[in-house]
Amino acid sequence: MVKKILGKFYIYFILLLMYLPILVLIFFSFQEIVTIRFDAISTPSFKLYVDLFDFSLRQTNEIWIAVLHTIEIALAAAGVSTIIGTLGAIGIFYSRKRVRNVLNSISNISIVNAEIVTALSLRILYSFLDVKLSFFTLLIGHVVLTIPFVVLNVMPKLQQMDANEYEAALDLGATPTKALYKVVLPEIFPGIISGFLLSVTLSLDDYIITAYTSDTTFDTLSTYVYKSMVKKSVPLQFRSLTTIIFVSILIGVVIYSIVHKRKDKKERFKLENSR
Amino acid sequence: MLNRKHLSIPYALFLLSFVVTPLVLIIVYSITTPDWNLTINNYKTVFTSDNVNTLFTSLFIAIITTIVCLLIGYPLAYLLADRQVNKSKVFVYFFVMPMWINFVLRSNATKELLDLFNINASNTTGMYICVFIAMVYDYLPFVILPLYSTMLKLDKTVIEAARDLGAKPSTVFVKTIIPLTMPGIISASTMVFMPTMCSYVITDVFSNQKLQIMGNLINQYFNAAQWNYGSAASIVLLVILFIIMRVTSNHKEVDESVGGRVW
Repeated sequence: MVKKILGKFYIYFILLLMYLPILVLIFFSFQEIVTIRFDAISTPSFKLYVDLFDFSLRQTNEIWIAVLHTIEIALAAAGVSTIIGTLGAIGIFYSRKRVRNVLNSISNISIVNAEIVTALSLRILYSFLDVKLSFFTLLIGHVVLTIPFVVLNVMPKLQQMDANEYEAALDLGATPTKALYKVVLPEIFPGIISGFLLSVTLSLDDYIITAYTSDTTFDTLSTYVYKSMVKKSVPLQFRSLTTIIFVSILIGVVIYSIVHKRKDKKERFKLENSR
Repeated sequence: MLNRKHLSIPYALFLLSFVVTPLVLIIVYSITTPDWNLTINNYKTVFTSDNVNTLFTSLFIAIITTIVCLLIGYPLAYLLADRQVNKSKVFVYFFVMPMWINFVLRSNATKELLDLFNINASNTTGMYICVFIAMVYDYLPFVILPLYSTMLKLDKTVIEAARDLGAKPSTVFVKTIIPLTMPGIISASTMVFMPTMCSYVITDVFSNQKLQIMGNLINQYFNAAQWNYGSAASIVLLVILFIIMRVTSNHKEVDESVGGRVW
């Protein structure tokens, strides 16, 4: 009993510590003061939220352009990675062992490689080939970052698949393309989805590759926040922006947990009825 | 006719162009001058005493950050996997959730918190404290998931057997729980150790650009467009990381779920 209480206490204590910066920022997002200080707390205000959507402010514009760029690049990179990566996983799965091993170890290189080395080496490639930095060079950078994770997510689903199903489809007269589309694809679909989502997450969170492979005038949220932190002119709208992002993620997790619980219950119900 | 094997051609070409070629390029750049003459001076520059200090600073910061993350995360994961304390698997997501907020934006929040409590980089101790707090805040979520998933697989009967055979709680912990969870400890450690060596964003912002780690060094060469020095420093970093991985992966059961970083 004591262990249970102490354990719970520890869990919630760490949870509180982990969220302390965000909670403090949320609290002060309802204040107008420039420097966060306890003795400067006054009546709550929504000014920072109004500012965040007041497009006559230069910083507000810059923030939303950066947010838009971040989403654009994340979706584009995840899309490209998912398509090439899924095809790659299927190809690797049906290849000879030698080819498979070579491709897998190259994928592994890019997973374990330090991000800054990946970023620098790509930038050197661009300068070697005299390529002008653009959205396209940034896209390649993010695809390099995310593509091995798509393969890593799809591969286990291929291994779990019943190989006979594909053969059966061929025997029943399906063309290989059709069999791939109608039999293999549905089987590995969950892996494709988790690969896509993981790619989006990695891309949204990335700083170093973005800083190295994009044109300096093209800011994503990461590079924009970094630049303003180094310049020590952090827009106060970051407080309201962080709050909004946090709350959206929180809602997402809560919805997920409700769906998850319901699914769990359904499965248990099925299991009990089948007995 | 479509051959299934050929589906991997775009992927193979992509890896060849944007993973293998760049790596070959930095190896070549690291042993040449800007005029393409062979040289070892790039490596000599990387090993000047200032830069060797940087190397040791990064190792120091990476080791301490990893240890602190493990010290906090290990008991946490143990408790989360203990059905007496926590029954909900979904609850674990709350510990991983910070990862989904942009990492620089999260660092900004940490910075504001430290400013609020007047912890800043005005002196050396303060600087290290700031950097460590920021690093731990950033990387703690990454250790929880791998540790938690090995804890779930932990065979409780082995622990009970150890207890029944008269082992003290401390002996049970050192002799059974730690060895059984070693794969999780290793994959959690690599997830923290590798990025902390290079994460120059945190050292830049939290030490007012006073503290240098390997990431800062490479970034400096990058900003000065000194590709050759930068390449040599990258190769040195890669070799160190490779050695460390070799030493740790002797425990061959390292969690195969590198991709399970987030899910």
